[in-house]
Amino acid sequence: MNFDFSDEQKQLRDQVRRFLTDQCPSSAVRAILEGPEPYDRKLYKGLGEMGFLGAAIPEEFGGVGLGHLELCVIAEELGRVNAPVPVLSSIYQAAEALLIAGTEAQKAAWLPRLASGEAVATLALGEGPGKVSETSVKAQVSGGKLTGVKLPVADGDSADLAIVAAREPQGVSLWLVDLAGPGVSRETLETIDPTRSQAKLSFDGAPVERLGEAGQGWRIVTDVLDRAAILLAFEQVGGADRALEMARDYALERMAFGRQIGSFQAVKHMLADMYVSATLARSNAYYGAWALSTGSAELPVAAATARVSATQAFQHCAKNNIQTHGGMGFTWAFDCHLFYRRANALALALGSQSTWEDLLIERLRQRNDAPAAA
Amino acid sequence: MNFDDTPEEAAFRSEVRAWIAANAPTHLEAELKQSSFGNMGLKSEDPIAAAKAWQKKKFDAGWACLHWPKEYGGRGATPIERVIWGQEEGAYGTLGGLFTIGHGMCGPTLMAWALEEHKRKLLPAMASGAEVWCQLFSEPAGGSDLAGLRTKAEQATDGSGDWIIQGQKIWTSGAQNSDYGILITRTDPNVPKHKGLTMFWLSMKSPGIEIRPIKQANGQSGFNEVFFNEVRIPDNQRLGAVGQGWTVSLTTLMNERLSIGSGMPTGFPELFDYCLNFQTEDGPAADDRMVRSRLAQYAVKASGLKYTGMRAISALSKGETPGPENSIGKLVAGATMQELAMFALDLQGQAGVILDPAHAEAAARFQAMLLRSPATRVEGGTDEILRNIIAERVLGLPGDIRVDKDVAFKDIPTSGR
Repeated sequence: MNFDFSDEQKQLRDQVRRFLTDQCPSSAVRAILEGPEPYDRKLYKGLGEMGFLGAAIPEEFGGVGLGHLELCVIAEELGRVNAPVPVLSSIYQAAEALLIAGTEAQKAAWLPRLASGEAVATLALGEGPGKVSETSVKAQVSGGKLTGVKLPVADGDSADLAIVAAREPQGVSLWLVDLAGPGVSRETLETIDPTRSQAKLSFDGAPVERLGEAGQGWRIVTDVLDRAAILLAFEQVGGADRALEMARDYALERMAFGRQIGSFQAVKHMLADMYVSATLARSNAYYGAWALSTGSAELPVAAATARVSATQAFQHCAKNNIQTHGGMGFTWAFDCHLFYRRANALALALGSQSTWEDLLIERLRQRNDAPAAA
Repeated sequence: MNFDDTPEEAAFRSEVRAWIAANAPTHLEAELKQSSFGNMGLKSEDPIAAAKAWQKKKFDAGWACLHWPKEYGGRGATPIERVIWGQEEGAYGTLGGLFTIGHGMCGPTLMAWALEEHKRKLLPAMASGAEVWCQLFSEPAGGSDLAGLRTKAEQATDGSGDWIIQGQKIWTSGAQNSDYGILITRTDPNVPKHKGLTMFWLSMKSPGIEIRPIKQANGQSGFNEVFFNEVRIPDNQRLGAVGQGWTVSLTTLMNERLSIGSGMPTGFPELFDYCLNFQTEDGPAADDRMVRSRLAQYAVKASGLKYTGMRAISALSKGETPGPENSIGKLVAGATMQELAMFALDLQGQAGVILDPAHAEAAARFQAMLLRSPATRVEGGTDEILRNIIAERVLGLPGDIRVDKDVAFKDIPTSGR
């Protein structure tokens, strides 16, 4: 049994960590938090040049063709540093959607530019508050023109391409929309985590091109969200681990009542519980990585498991990291809030925790009913 | 990344599988599969006789105590082979509950500290299941604070060198079925508590030993109190030097956490199955979103433990030592089972109170979980001690400040008021 990453994949992890230590210090995250830029363009270009963005994109489409396990390793490192880059929308979602449903021409047109970081794409599903589902889609395509409003759309303010879910007579389909084209207006939204931008996209007769078969949009979306959930779980696991390390380091450094605060059981037990959450989430994320990389029939269950566990762990570790830091944890100057913001924003990206909990049980049930499932 | 056996592991597994298929007590399989929460669940046969018979059969064929050296009755197998054996033994493994403490804790302690002639005599008899062992550690005044124990050992004044034991142990699993035990005592109250301890092994048939079962909060009796009234132990049954008992006991306790922490049940598969079938006014409980949300939270804990175990097995497979992530097993499993049991009863409404299997839902399994689960959070290291261990050994946080550290044992306060 080898339920672990290979030595080569661990070397890749070291390489990514070194790159990000150098290129993505917390000052870079803060520059996006406090400044006008939607994401760190220099960092994103660098990730493309290093081949990190294209890890799971085949060489014929401009990627490096390593695989999803490598992309999981990279995602974890991006999560550790709160990287302010549009990987969730452009790589985990849009590139995956193109790989699953794109024609050769569509893949050739977009994947090389997404892999290099030269272009950004996003997936536009939601249209306001509440659960995002096939029935919540109101946007419409008629005569090759899209009309409707999507919000929030991750990185919608900077993306070049949107993959939009919208209705046509056959049902909900996916559509490629050039966001620089006519009939598109966009507005950046103020959010709890400005280091991963969100926008409102309004379409008024924007020209579109179908991605995948008519009426099959939500089937593709489900598959894409499962894949993205596993990749994002690695970001969350990375973030949870880093938040735990910060709390541990502070508990060792900070003195109160004449002793290190990490010597108090109330603090130790809080940190031990964070470790438990982070460990369970890591093991569940590995299960997801295995299912993703082998194309297993377990993928839907593994994705929901990884997602629910990683969301819980990152939120748990991020909030208790602030608690461990006490008042200093609530200052703008300390980095704790960067993790708290990111943890709570990622908990909603791809659908809320309760939505994924629901999915997990539904899928376990389906697996139970399936004859002689693997 | 894969769950596949290496060629060597696959060969070993098929050898194990073939032997078990040909030799296991297949007539007991169905009954054993229903065993849970420390109950063997065997009613058609005497559980002790059945356990000893299976152990003897394994021993005779070289499948007992896989991790022990051959000269003491084991197989000298690798840790991964031991894991594969456990996977293949499946429900029959629950028959080994009688020997868990002996094989997992007493055996390794004897191997490290007993006289060679004693090891050659005692260990094979322990491996074959002919003789059963218990560990006599906890006391009324020393549970989590084990080193606070008070059972006294004094050397006899008759020149025999024998030790005379006076005192009481508690929570001794299986004492009533045991032939031998390992015992930790206080030999010097004038030095700080960890320094005045000494360890022995002894016959549980020794004159002066009285065993009384403890009636537990759930009504069962799996543990005992053991009283020592002038029990005599020869000096050559001492394990380690006089005053070295704490170090010796660590050999035992390290093995306790390893054996208890592996493969702990959470109760999730049982609850999930129950919710698929239990009919509420609006259909199966599993249709309800609130129920699903709770189920999902338990599901990811059960899954997280399973795959944490897979990571540990992978480390063993590569010949590495598993990382500290295994320390979370009992902490997560115990608390999960307790919460889950309360949730299952809540679903049952007022009838959740019924324990009589003739009237209770799911043969009262969740009621049994509710009543048993508090013990899981205490035995083999309380949740609080386990959190301390994670905080100190995994995260590197400082130990607690100990007010009794440099104080002679006799001068430590014994009551708060």
